[in-house]
Amino acid sequence: MSKVVIVGGGPAGIRAASVLVEAGLRPVLVDEGRRAGGQGYRAPAPNLDLDMKSLMGTEADKYSRLHALFASMRERIDYHHGTLVWGVHERALHTLADGVARTIPYDALILATGATDRIMPLPGWTLPGVFTLGGAQVILKDQGCLIGNRVVFLGSSPLLFLAALQYRKSGASVAAVVDTTPLSAKLVAMRDLMASPRTLARGVMYRTALRRAGVPLIDGATALGVHGKERVEGVRIKDGRGHERFIHCDAVAYGHGLKPETQLAELAGAHFRFDPVFRLWLPETDTDGRAGPDLYLAGDGATIGGADAAEASGALAAHALLADMGRPSPEPELARLRRQVGRLRRFQRGLARAFAWPVSQAAALPDETIACRCEAVTVGEIRAAIQTPLGPREVNRVKALTRCGMGRCQGRFCGPALQEIVSGACGEPVADVGRLRSQAPVKPIPLHAVSELEQTR
Amino acid sequence: MSDEALGRVSKGQFVRVATRRGASLRLTVDGDPVEAVEGDSLLAVLMLNGRAVRHLEFGGEPRAGFCLMGACQDCWVWLGDGERVRACTTLVADGITVWTDPRRSGHV
Repeated sequence: MSKVVIVGGGPAGIRAASVLVEAGLRPVLVDEGRRAGGQGYRAPAPNLDLDMKSLMGTEADKYSRLHALFASMRERIDYHHGTLVWGVHERALHTLADGVARTIPYDALILATGATDRIMPLPGWTLPGVFTLGGAQVILKDQGCLIGNRVVFLGSSPLLFLAALQYRKSGASVAAVVDTTPLSAKLVAMRDLMASPRTLARGVMYRTALRRAGVPLIDGATALGVHGKERVEGVRIKDGRGHERFIHCDAVAYGHGLKPETQLAELAGAHFRFDPVFRLWLPETDTDGRAGPDLYLAGDGATIGGADAAEASGALAAHALLADMGRPSPEPELARLRRQVGRLRRFQRGLARAFAWPVSQAAALPDETIACRCEAVTVGEIRAAIQTPLGPREVNRVKALTRCGMGRCQGRFCGPALQEIVSGACGEPVADVGRLRSQAPVKPIPLHAVSELEQTR
Repeated sequence: MSDEALGRVSKGQFVRVATRRGASLRLTVDGDPVEAVEGDSLLAVLMLNGRAVRHLEFGGEPRAGFCLMGACQDCWVWLGDGERVRACTTLVADGITVWTDPRRSGHV
């Protein structure tokens, strides 16, 4: 029987696994997390007194259902938790768990690798106390901790409002929610946002709840910098009317929406195209998630769609895989799932307009701002490299010259900004300056993991 | 209401808002004794007790991690046996020794 391996234990990976289990297969589910659920539906440890029902709010039932689904099939899958997949080569995954390297061969692969925050550099963004917006939620669900006492939620993302509410419920003082996109952009995006009226209504409800609680909501702001000596002391912004303001705080949750984790998809052979709405390079798939021979992508790791789309696209990918194995397809169910995924991804495209990636912030960054936090490469060093005679105009060559994107995170956090900085400095459209290529290991591993791999060959 | 009035004065950057039940653990960080509870991540312990995880190799500025989900690698610390770990995805074990600078771990 074919060996099917799924990477990722969030909603997409769990739903894919459940479809395969129902079809009589025993899939392998490899999850870097210690417990299934992924980032958004992350379950706290049993010994942490966290009211997840209250934290998850309107999504509490879905959260419980997903975890119940996982528990119900736990014995019918091979679940490898706490396991990093750092490479894909010749139909095998190279993994590392608790320091032990292992190779997992596969006949078919479903990648449900999820997303990380997309970040635009900002003066002061490397100060202790500035964390990603997603990270601010993760540390609350995973450890029952807040990133600070008095928090500014800054960037552009619908999750700013959700996270701010979760923090307030948990006892934090929310100094402000600062959105760098103006309200007018929300109106322009309304046609796509109406693709999911329920989700839209939820977003409006979050804003209303925060406003009622007296939390300042600032729209259309320009982020100027995070200030402090050795720790966050405040955020400087220009508000929508052009007035400069300083907001005192001891922590900042910062993010501009999500970015798919596509490194493994690239190593597994997926092709990429530039998406002008997200302004990101995304892997190419058909409507059901096929990305190449025996390769399927699902969830936010394929394209940002949110948790509901992740579940539905996970099911679609598993059905596609089964169909490609010659199994019969439940056509009415597939049609329903395709409609659902299409609708939710259209909604996310609306969100990408309503909460825009701040391209103008990249152009306005002072030269001394750090662009690559791993290697401490500044925006000015990148601009200078491009402006030398016959300087590079492609991001991988800029990386080779400046080390931006060459550090520990492999360009995960500086990559999208590097594209904009290079585009701005050489006057080429962002689609024409390329994207950072992924290489194994996709996350740093100790040398012994590679040497053990050589020995098992 | 001030933070003091809310009874949430923390000696570190992070503020714990949910009770953790479980065995008490002891560890040392850069030679100093620190207490934790079973299930705590190393990063949570470092940030509940301080304001930085480490100092950058380039220039020495303080860093405290960033993504908190194992992606940015900005929270590397070293265990007593020289093993390098991400503080955010590593659970504290009783009796471990943690160094925030690899040169002090004695294995570099």
